[in-house]
Amino acid sequence: MSEAVAIRAPAIRREPGKFWIVPPAALLALLFFYPLALIVRQAFLDDSGVANVAEIIRVLHSRFFLNALINTVTISVAATAGCLIVGLVLALILAFVPFPGSGFIARLIDTFIALPTFLVTLAFTFLYGSAGMLNTGLMEAFSLPLPPVDFLYSTWGVVLAEVTVYTPFILRPLLAAFSLVDRGQIEAASVLGARPFRIVRQVILPAAVPALIAGGSLCLLLTVNEFGIVLFIGAKGVITLPLLIYGKAIQESAYQVACIIAVVNIALSLGLFGLYRFAAGRLGV
Amino acid sequence: MSAVAFTGTSVMDIDAAKVRGAGSNVHFDKVSVAYGAHVVLHPLTLDIAPGEILAMIGPSGSGKTTALRAVAGFVRPASGRIRIGATDVTDLPPYERGLGMVVQNYALFPHMRVEDNVAFGLRAQGADKALIAERVKDALGTVGMSAFARRYPRELSGGQQQRVAIARALAVRPRVLLLDEPLSALDAQIRRNMVEEIARLHRSLPGLTILYVTHDQTEALTLADKIAIMRDGRVCSHGPTTELYRRPPNRFTAEFLGRANLLPVTVEEPVGSKGFATARHGDAVLTGAGRDEKAGDKSLLCIRPQHLSLTADSEHTNRIVGTLREVHWQGELTHLVLDVDGTPVRVSATKLPTALPEPGARVPLFFAPADTSLLPEDAGV
Ligand SMILES: Nc1ncnc2c1ncn2[C@@H]1O[C@H](COP(=O)(O)OP(=O)(O)OP(=O)(O)O)[C@@H](O)[C@H]1O
Ligand SMILES: [Mg+2]
Repeated sequence: MSEAVAIRAPAIRREPGKFWIVPPAALLALLFFYPLALIVRQAFLDDSGVANVAEIIRVLHSRFFLNALINTVTISVAATAGCLIVGLVLALILAFVPFPGSGFIARLIDTFIALPTFLVTLAFTFLYGSAGMLNTGLMEAFSLPLPPVDFLYSTWGVVLAEVTVYTPFILRPLLAAFSLVDRGQIEAASVLGARPFRIVRQVILPAAVPALIAGGSLCLLLTVNEFGIVLFIGAKGVITLPLLIYGKAIQESAYQVACIIAVVNIALSLGLFGLYRFAAGRLGV
Repeated sequence: MSAVAFTGTSVMDIDAAKVRGAGSNVHFDKVSVAYGAHVVLHPLTLDIAPGEILAMIGPSGSGKTTALRAVAGFVRPASGRIRIGATDVTDLPPYERGLGMVVQNYALFPHMRVEDNVAFGLRAQGADKALIAERVKDALGTVGMSAFARRYPRELSGGQQQRVAIARALAVRPRVLLLDEPLSALDAQIRRNMVEEIARLHRSLPGLTILYVTHDQTEALTLADKIAIMRDGRVCSHGPTTELYRRPPNRFTAEFLGRANLLPVTVEEPVGSKGFATARHGDAVLTGAGRDEKAGDKSLLCIRPQHLSLTADSEHTNRIVGTLREVHWQGELTHLVLDVDGTPVRVSATKLPTALPEPGARVPLFFAPADTSLLPEDAGV
């Protein structure tokens, strides 16, 4: 009797561990995997519910899809690079060049994260749009008949807006990483004869590599999937995958096409995420 | 050989090489430091001779680190100048001062191997590869860390990390080495070994000028040629280590350096030809090493705990009587606390009478005139 209890006791103790996985797993399946599976399934069925694999090949070879894919990757990589550069410079200044109000500015930039992404785009339209302050000002000053600045309605306008919106996502982890850099190390480097630029390169940046990777891959993910900014700027010909999905699904009711592109979009996101995990793993982050 | 290799390196390095044998002095010329309205260093004038180890000691917050950081260039003096050798460094950034610095938490670069940590300064100064390799080997050899060159700092013990930090500072052949409590993160045993190692290091680099900030008087007494005692942002005494210990100029110095007993006395006879004066404490007439006291002056007689004996002999001619309050046995030493007319008197004895007196007993204490010194009642109190 007592032996039986003794033998069963460890089993009982292990049981809750197994059992408690069930609710989160069920929730995950319901909220994430089931819709995902629906999308994947829909990608193989035409709009009358009949399997149609030829359509997949047609879409993947179509001009509109390839254009959107190239646009998406270009914008995402360019915006992420921009975010990394701007974020790094800003973070270095905010963290290491003491000036009154630097803490306030850091917090202000932080609140950017809380704002909806299209708001910045709207502000951009007011500033740089064809009827925006910059253009009307220039038109008045030089009595020009047409707005001279129209970069906003191009790929670069989208990139600029995304850089503005997503830089805080780099800035935040960087500031956190920089705040952990031992000031003693910076001072030691300085006493040893290192000038500020060398200190940044050899002492500060190595400590920030995990933050750069984490922030950069987050940016990459967010910009690949960005919808609001691209839609709001409404640049002619700048169609990205999310925009294409929206167009096909909502405007053309071409659900299979939309789902095929969505699957590609999801694969791209997951691929990027995998790449990030791989890089992070290699660096021992 | 290495002089040839030097030609490719920076101006600062050449300077450092030139002075390597001779060493540089460090001169504080009325240096004051304030944070806002809070003055943490009152105009300080102090000279550290070439090749000298100056220990700066004092209680927490007395301004030791501030003074050291002013030399390093991290604290800007509100007034005054700092010179290293012939150079006025007051307006130079830290990276142009040609110094070495080691701080309490080592501040090694965590993502660099030991050898790269040590090579960092030389690389920053643009030294060539061969010279770097030679110096890194040298510096690691000096601190006995050659076997650890390929390790990362996190793979080392605290004591080993501190050795690497010292090697890193030495590799650039600094004019002056600044040490700010370099051993206080280590435990007592390792600290004792490291103190001896730093002493050995200095013997092998006799030209190296060292400013050693610590609050540990043992480190200061063991290592320093001279000691400066800081108090509330001022140097309250400064002098050769043995001198300061044997003849403390004021009460604070006497108590801070070696916890001296200070017995209030009245001078009876001023100092004579042999350097001794007589003074009265209650009924006891005592002889002590004097300065310029006059008869009738109120004075303090400074006696170190280890110089008080419970047994009389021909040299211990001074005698006072106190009431035994506490006995602490510590193995090789026994600490006694007595009350001598209201003044607590500490005794550290290696040998004790066979019958140890009980607390409350009246106990005579004996000490030699040569082990005492008189200091003025009001100086620096
Ligand atoms: N950045 C600062 N801003 C304002 N006050 C400071 C600053 N750094 C130091 N102080 C003040 O200056 C005084 C001297 O500090 P310092 O660090 O030189 O003391 P210390 O003698 O090294 O003490 P410890 O033995 O505790 O290290 C202290 O009162 C301290 O509060
Ligand atoms: Mg200090």
